[in-house]
Amino acid sequence: MAVAGGVVVLILFIVSLCAPWLSPYDPNEINLREVLASPSPAHLFGTDQLGRDVMSRMIWGAGISLKVGFVATGFSLFIGVILGALAGYYGRWVDAIIMRFVDVMLCFPAFFLILAVIAILEPSIWNIMIVIGLTGWMGITRLVRADFISLKERDFVQAARAIGTGDLRIIFRHILPNAMASILVAATLGVAGAILTESALSFLGIGVQPPTPSWGNILTAGKNNIDIAWWLSLYPGLAILITVLGYNLLGEGIRDSLDPRLR
Amino acid sequence: MLKYILKRLLLMVPLIVGITIVCFIVIHLAPGSPTDLQTDLNPRVSAEAKARLQAMYDLDKPIYEQYLLWVGRLATLDLGQSFSTDHRPVVDKIMERIPITIIINVLSMILIILVAIPIGVLSAVRQDSLFDKVTAVIVFIGFAVPTFWLALLLMILFGVDLGWLPISGVRSLNYEYLPPLAAALDLLKHLILPVFLSAFGGLAGLSRYMRSNMLEVIRQDYITTARAKGLSERVVIYKHALRNALLPVITILGLSIPGLIGGSVIFETIFAIPGMGQLFYMSVMSRDYPVVMGILFIGAVLTLIGNLVADISYAVADPRIRVA
Repeated sequence: MAVAGGVVVLILFIVSLCAPWLSPYDPNEINLREVLASPSPAHLFGTDQLGRDVMSRMIWGAGISLKVGFVATGFSLFIGVILGALAGYYGRWVDAIIMRFVDVMLCFPAFFLILAVIAILEPSIWNIMIVIGLTGWMGITRLVRADFISLKERDFVQAARAIGTGDLRIIFRHILPNAMASILVAATLGVAGAILTESALSFLGIGVQPPTPSWGNILTAGKNNIDIAWWLSLYPGLAILITVLGYNLLGEGIRDSLDPRLR
Repeated sequence: MLKYILKRLLLMVPLIVGITIVCFIVIHLAPGSPTDLQTDLNPRVSAEAKARLQAMYDLDKPIYEQYLLWVGRLATLDLGQSFSTDHRPVVDKIMERIPITIIINVLSMILIILVAIPIGVLSAVRQDSLFDKVTAVIVFIGFAVPTFWLALLLMILFGVDLGWLPISGVRSLNYEYLPPLAAALDLLKHLILPVFLSAFGGLAGLSRYMRSNMLEVIRQDYITTARAKGLSERVVIYKHALRNALLPVITILGLSIPGLIGGSVIFETIFAIPGMGQLFYMSVMSRDYPVVMGILFIGAVLTLIGNLVADISYAVADPRIRVA
């Protein structure tokens, strides 16, 4: 199953890299003679309210989803790993302050916080990447902290300390590589979560802004034409489902292969 | 017990302070703050709105004083006035919309409990059976389904194609003229889809959690003891094991509150339900900052209260917690 997930992720990479060659039409080409045409051999997934080819928009949208997923998760990882490492390694008041901050952030319904910040900064693809990243680091912090707490007592860390290795070097060169496995799993699942959040934001009209195609904003058109154009609602959602499923399967697969206790 | 509750209440104090600080920082991202030099270049913010922001957050004073003044107003539940044309106090606008949001969230939580727990228990008791495998697949897909998309599909199926359920609002046009029973039925019909959808994500999570919990409990020594005493499997599973496996569910439900509240933005917008989520969405779209900030704050406080209630109920249900 993990292999299936990996294949889905790989295909998505290829599709988004080859979008200019794969997409049958220009994703932004407006054709008012073919508004809301149902799926046909010419337009496999039909056309939208401006006569644009839905399949082409979905192919270009794949790259957007991927970009948002990776950049947002990158932000979360950056913050989460650093804070988690500091909290786990130094303990005491450093730990107390960081973990209370995590508790505070977890009190906010993430979607509320994202929307509030987006309301203030303009909705744009960069802003939503940053905001999704800034509201998604708490789980990673907890994970990294737990790993650090158990790893820092191990003999190899004691040995490194005994020969006078500095804290930073111990954190990044000795402990962090050993915590990489669980971070990798969290990152893979994080990409899936970020893609879901982006699509929901774009669906609400506060994420990726048209005319830039995204799976979420095609679904907005689906909602507006709900009684006449089912294809606008069906296909982009299916794409999100398969993508998220792919990342989740891959993440679970990595976890199972790294953690022998779960076999 | 009283000591535990007091301790738990004291722990909330730093969290509330933290929540106000995060809200305060978010406000200061807003145009009109002294740190934002781009304000004058931002055409979306009118001079009037800027002036009102200035006055509301005392932007001419030093930053710590701004914060203290703002917290002082929060303490008296003064969240300012809406920027929209009605200029009503933010608190009133939010309060009139909270009930429907809470009703939907409570109903979906009840639905989650009623459906997820039996599924989790059954798949644990019959581990590796066909039932267990099928639910595992469904749950895994459930985690990946964008619920707003599922909402669209169900709207198309039940609303447009079959015409069984209404797809917007909480009342029909003729609601006022319906007899009480029919009116209740009308409300119920409007709530079926929103409640099911907001429960959907939690269903997958809780049933999986319940399964692993139950599997863990079944391996405990006291379950072996119960079996060794010659108790029937039924009593062992549903009396000894289930009660212990249920305890942590209280915490999980508490943790799911922010997700449910956050999700209300999506469902209330899709189904045009006049609740707090829809108000939040509309305020975000019209850049009605006082309302946005008010709901952000109240959403966090509701989560905090939910977690407090969960922790206290856990302590009531499990004496071991109180001692620790």
